[in-house]
Amino acid sequence: MRAAGSARGARVSLRVVNKVIERLRRALPGKAVLSSAEELKPYECDALTLYRQTPLAVALPANEAEVVAVLRTCKEAGVPVIARGAGTGLSGGATPRADAVLMSLARLNRIIGIDPLARTARVQPGVRNLAISEAAAPHGLYYAPDPSSQIACTIGGNVAENSGGVHCLKYGLTVHNLLALRVVTIEGEVLEIGSAAPDSPGYDLLALLTGSEGLLGVVTEVTVRLIPKPRCARVVLAAFDDLVKAGAAVADIIAAGIIPAGLEMMDRPTIAAVEPFVHAGYPLDAEAILLCESDGAPEEVEEEILRIEAVMRDAGATECRISRDESERLRFWAGRKAAFPAMGALSPDYYCMDGSIPRKRLAAVLQAIRQMETRYGLRCTNVFHAGDGNLHPLILFDCNIPDEVARAEAFGSEILELCVREGGSITGEHGVGIEKINQMCVQFGARELEAFHAVKRAFDEHGLLNPGKAVPTLHRCAELGRLHVRGGKVPHPELPRF
Amino acid sequence: MIASDDLLRPFEERIRAAAAARQPLRIRGGGSKDFYGGRLEGELLDVSALSGITHCEPTELVISARTGTPVAELEQELATHNQMLAFEPPRFCGRATLGGAVASGLCGPRRAYCGAVRDFVLGIEMIDGRGERLRFGGKVIKNVAGFDVSRLMAGSLGTLGLLTEVTLKTVPRARAECTLRFEMDQPAALESMARWASRPLPISATVWHEDILSVRLSGAESAVRGAQQNLGGEVVPAAEAYWQDVREQRLEFFVAARELWRVSLPAHSPALPGTGPMLMEWGGSLRWLPGPQDDRALRALAIRLGGHATLYRTPVRPPQGPFQPLPAAMLSVHRRLKAVFDPGGILNRGRLHPDL
Repeated sequence: MRAAGSARGARVSLRVVNKVIERLRRALPGKAVLSSAEELKPYECDALTLYRQTPLAVALPANEAEVVAVLRTCKEAGVPVIARGAGTGLSGGATPRADAVLMSLARLNRIIGIDPLARTARVQPGVRNLAISEAAAPHGLYYAPDPSSQIACTIGGNVAENSGGVHCLKYGLTVHNLLALRVVTIEGEVLEIGSAAPDSPGYDLLALLTGSEGLLGVVTEVTVRLIPKPRCARVVLAAFDDLVKAGAAVADIIAAGIIPAGLEMMDRPTIAAVEPFVHAGYPLDAEAILLCESDGAPEEVEEEILRIEAVMRDAGATECRISRDESERLRFWAGRKAAFPAMGALSPDYYCMDGSIPRKRLAAVLQAIRQMETRYGLRCTNVFHAGDGNLHPLILFDCNIPDEVARAEAFGSEILELCVREGGSITGEHGVGIEKINQMCVQFGARELEAFHAVKRAFDEHGLLNPGKAVPTLHRCAELGRLHVRGGKVPHPELPRF
Repeated sequence: MIASDDLLRPFEERIRAAAAARQPLRIRGGGSKDFYGGRLEGELLDVSALSGITHCEPTELVISARTGTPVAELEQELATHNQMLAFEPPRFCGRATLGGAVASGLCGPRRAYCGAVRDFVLGIEMIDGRGERLRFGGKVIKNVAGFDVSRLMAGSLGTLGLLTEVTLKTVPRARAECTLRFEMDQPAALESMARWASRPLPISATVWHEDILSVRLSGAESAVRGAQQNLGGEVVPAAEAYWQDVREQRLEFFVAARELWRVSLPAHSPALPGTGPMLMEWGGSLRWLPGPQDDRALRALAIRLGGHATLYRTPVRPPQGPFQPLPAAMLSVHRRLKAVFDPGGILNRGRLHPDL
């Protein structure tokens, strides 16, 4: 396996390790510090399993005071800290380092309160995404962002990654559904950011902290906005004999002034893979299908569904089915939801990418990916948030075949770089982590990267919080030959770069 | 259209020279919000020449424009595609610019139901306090690469940089709209708005003033019709002008106030005791109070309720600034962020906070 470069961390002497563990043991109650090889094993990676590293130790604080104690201890010892939620992240945001303490926030798992009148939920970071909606359900409310890992992923991780989901075209990303955070800085100071009021004095730190991948602070409490559950939802399943037509249909829906609750695309290989699993009745001869959901009041959904169907037909859909009842709606979605597990039957390993592009470029990019399949000798299936222009190409490979990992990674990099060229981004919702750190050099220029480092230093002067993730050093970009230099001028040319 | 580089070079040079000379600069677009925020300090840096829509993609729900572009011009263009800016920024007689709308973060009646300026900012181009041009975010709806500096700029009142171009997410215009009016006192209005907000109703604006609650419904025809039957009240014909007056603060209530306080609160907060006549928006989460007010008492009350109070408009600006003071730990983060983007402290000094 390729080393994760600077994200892997330096070798630390046994003396330092023992000292840090001893100090953590003093700061936390019994059994809250793990240090034996056996105990550390489950923490060696997050959902980006390509990268594994045993952490120096794992700390399991159970409340904010203990989080403060861990951060102060690490600060004093000069040891890096990596915060981790459920470890479902796909970009390696919580990949450990040999020289860093991994702080799991799983024990901060209390729902502090649901206020149905204010329509807010106050929760600790280790609360699972779906658990918030379950707790709000008796009041007819729910928490809208629904990443596909919502059964397992925690709200703290959602904040760190600014997670999206199937419904974010209409209901927004995590950043649009947060009201307030309690954040502990590396100094051990608690910041109260945002509030249940519509705005707060000063800079919008809530926006800055959301999606900051654990580089600026550690979240200990989250207040989210809850919204009323729509009374009704129905879905149109539209089949196309051509990817280009399906891509165009997505743009047509938006151009018609429709903001669907969800608009997802599955390509032919995906359809073929999932149908035996879920028996959703997907047309197996289609090149692509679109699932387009409408939600709201029943009469409103009725009206919108008919408009969606008309647009799909005009765009050349070979077939349109409208879910007749809730069980059929769930069946239509079942294949989409089972897509990733179904790939397991197709291939021993797969690599899930995450890039975003302008919707109008969907067809062109999908065709380019087809050509890359031949070039890299690997298959790639596509099932993704078409309405947001958020691609999730799944590159299929086999870890046991020499060089397939390297080819899969190169394939993935090329897709991400294509997304940037098409005016999009290297990550729509999974974050940069260590996975896409090299592509950051393609998306941003040297000045912007320097600004990110300066923002990081404004919160964490010595770079102890999740170092080596999300923002590459200019040195790294230069080594890769990817340093974006505008007008021939490198910022601060006096600084050594190599 | 003039090439971006030619247009921006004079601004970069001006800021570089000012940084070298430690000369404060005061950024100004249309000047419609000179009244807002702390003191106006420094030489005028007029942005109105940075004008024009640079990118409009209706099927992407995206529009980009230079920041001196009037908000009204942007909206006119969007209207031709049957789209709009969801946060309804005030246009203040057509003078308000895109840059000012983003930098001030001020929003109109739809804000409580659709989101604030920052929710719709997708990307920005700026010149920082060293005269360096920077680009953050982009032109796509989903983009989580790098820190979200674009949204950080919303509401920063020009203290972190000169915005030169902004990309916003747009929304389709509602197919139907209807305004209902109810006669009720403040507690009843607060109770009704909270009850309605917990149900999936297509409410897009609310105003309560002098025992009248006005509610705007926007959405699909069937949804608006259904909600109208459901809520009751009296249908107000041709209410568009009324909502424009709310948005532009042209109602007699706003015009008559020499001094005006803006109190931002959690939506279900009770009536504020002893503060006199008032106007509520945003489901009760925004309260406008004419001055003079006992500012210490009002701020203490706002904090107790979980919000904050701003001296929005006043004939004489107080030296400590119009905004609620920041706690020490927050102020120190603000200082360090200011130093990241404007180390010389030359841009809009004192506008957001007396020390920034």
